[in-house]
Amino acid sequence: MTIRKRRYAAPLEPVAGNGLLDRRALLGRGIMFAGAVSTGVGSSRTTAAADPLRDDPWSLETGAITPALQTPSRFEKDVVRILSNPNGEPRTSHARTPHHLLNGTITPNSLHFSINHSGIPDIDPDKHRLVIHGMVKQPLVFTVDSLARYPMVSRMAFVECAGNSAGMFSPQPLQASVQALHGLVSNAEWTGVPLSTLLEETGIDPKAIWMIAEGADSLALSRSLPVKKALDDAMVALYQNGERIMPGNGYPMRLVLPGWEGNMQVKFLRRLKLTDQPGMTYFETRTYSQILPNGKAYRFYFVNEVKSFITHPSFGQALKEPGYYEISGIAYSGSGRIAKVMVSADGGKSWAQAALQEPVQSKAFTRFRVPWRWDGQPAILQSRAWDEAGNVQPLRAQFVAERGEAAKVPSPLGFANQHYNSLTSWAIDSKGEIKHVYA
Amino acid sequence: MSMLKPIPSLLLALAFAAPAALAEPPGLGKPIAETEIKAWDIGILPDGTGLPAGSGTAEQGAKIYAEKCVACHGEGGKGGISAALVGAPPIKSIDATKTVANFWGYSTTVFDYVRRAMPWMSPRTLTDDEVYALTAFILAQNKIIGDNDVMNAQTLPKVKMPNADNFIIKFPDKI
Repeated sequence: MTIRKRRYAAPLEPVAGNGLLDRRALLGRGIMFAGAVSTGVGSSRTTAAADPLRDDPWSLETGAITPALQTPSRFEKDVVRILSNPNGEPRTSHARTPHHLLNGTITPNSLHFSINHSGIPDIDPDKHRLVIHGMVKQPLVFTVDSLARYPMVSRMAFVECAGNSAGMFSPQPLQASVQALHGLVSNAEWTGVPLSTLLEETGIDPKAIWMIAEGADSLALSRSLPVKKALDDAMVALYQNGERIMPGNGYPMRLVLPGWEGNMQVKFLRRLKLTDQPGMTYFETRTYSQILPNGKAYRFYFVNEVKSFITHPSFGQALKEPGYYEISGIAYSGSGRIAKVMVSADGGKSWAQAALQEPVQSKAFTRFRVPWRWDGQPAILQSRAWDEAGNVQPLRAQFVAERGEAAKVPSPLGFANQHYNSLTSWAIDSKGEIKHVYA
Repeated sequence: MSMLKPIPSLLLALAFAAPAALAEPPGLGKPIAETEIKAWDIGILPDGTGLPAGSGTAEQGAKIYAEKCVACHGEGGKGGISAALVGAPPIKSIDATKTVANFWGYSTTVFDYVRRAMPWMSPRTLTDDEVYALTAFILAQNKIIGDNDVMNAQTLPKVKMPNADNFIIKFPDKI
């Protein structure tokens, strides 16, 4: 009976300012806007018969050979990552995910973000080894083939660079796409061996509190992680969305530490050394320590806190005409499941609850959606997420009061600071053009 | 008890729920001795654990720097296409440049990172004496140690970095 009610509901009235509609409309078969039919706003239902349908050339000839490894349509050639170092200069390279051109929750492997501090090593999986040693009962060495025989688990998990969204520390809103601003986070299904299984085999000295993870790249990149996290939900992953991990994401194996800083999820993993103290490595005591307004700095931030941003519509896109649009975006938290996402179209004066795409998974992307009727007037779109642990995305004023703003306007691809998890605001003008604003 | 038949679906569910609690782990890891790991075991802990034998001074380090480091890090470590190694601009904003002298918390990190990652194009080709000498050179240029101080496994961990006390552990309960 309830379904029937929704399907034949009366025309929807907005539930929040500037035309946000009730998310429950998305459960029905269609959406009928209050006044839309009688006024014609947002509808262009005049006949298109001036150009009758006919067969196109591709419908009148045999198609292409089916390839062994398929790639997207040539018409999707712009759906690529933004590169910070396309010529491979001797510095870090970043490739950012085009969230505004994707939908759903899974990041395709070819578009998963990737940061490499000294290039991508060309690792022969037959020669790769993983050693676990230090404060263990029995040091052990594993091959890729031996790990592939272990009982495996699969789970969805976002991986986010601690420096994702660093452009949001700018004192003025950077006119940059969601890809440039928030492209250093992606979401995949990771399959591998729980680290706890391997530690059960090596045994752990009770005095071991940390382990230092190291990669087989030329920097031998190393980070310290608490044994507590290793025994909780850490994984030595071999597969990414069903296929072997991409070279830029850590082939042939990487640590996955659900919800924690990407840099700690060491790629090309070759060594885990259990210790009674952290290594205080370059990347944890320099790069991934965050300066605070009082001149002190955070160390061991670990967790990527609750966050959301709107991907559709967003900067760089334009609304062609008033009428119906779906506002949608991504929410995630390093502390568990997303509990609620609220969306505003009037810069935070009023809010509508977004529909969350099921299944809502812990420490993974959740797609949120709100139906919206744009009346052609200026609007400011924002999203704000809550997680199941009760954490909420701080408003910008709160966030800036605690964490500060950069003194200089940074490049959108620069890193003024890290761990930004406040709101993102997209302002739409009466022409339908979208700017990035602070609101 | 013997009357109860195992329920296959329940057993399957248990197997998936608790892979770490297998009665008998697969045991496919091969025992390895710490001596066989030596070539990879390059990490240095802040208390000096892992520091090798050998030593070096700033004067020795200056020569190696001129040969192997200056092309990227510039004359006197003032910076080039890669980061400046010398200089301590005051931290006045959250986007301040982080340097060895104004930010790094541990002297051992200098040794660890130079040894594992430098020179950029040919990492792990420096001898331990060369790494000590370069570490001494960087610390002396920054006036953190004296020009004639010898760096070795005993002296290096005792060098206190200027910014050492300015860090806050964000999530101590996760450790």
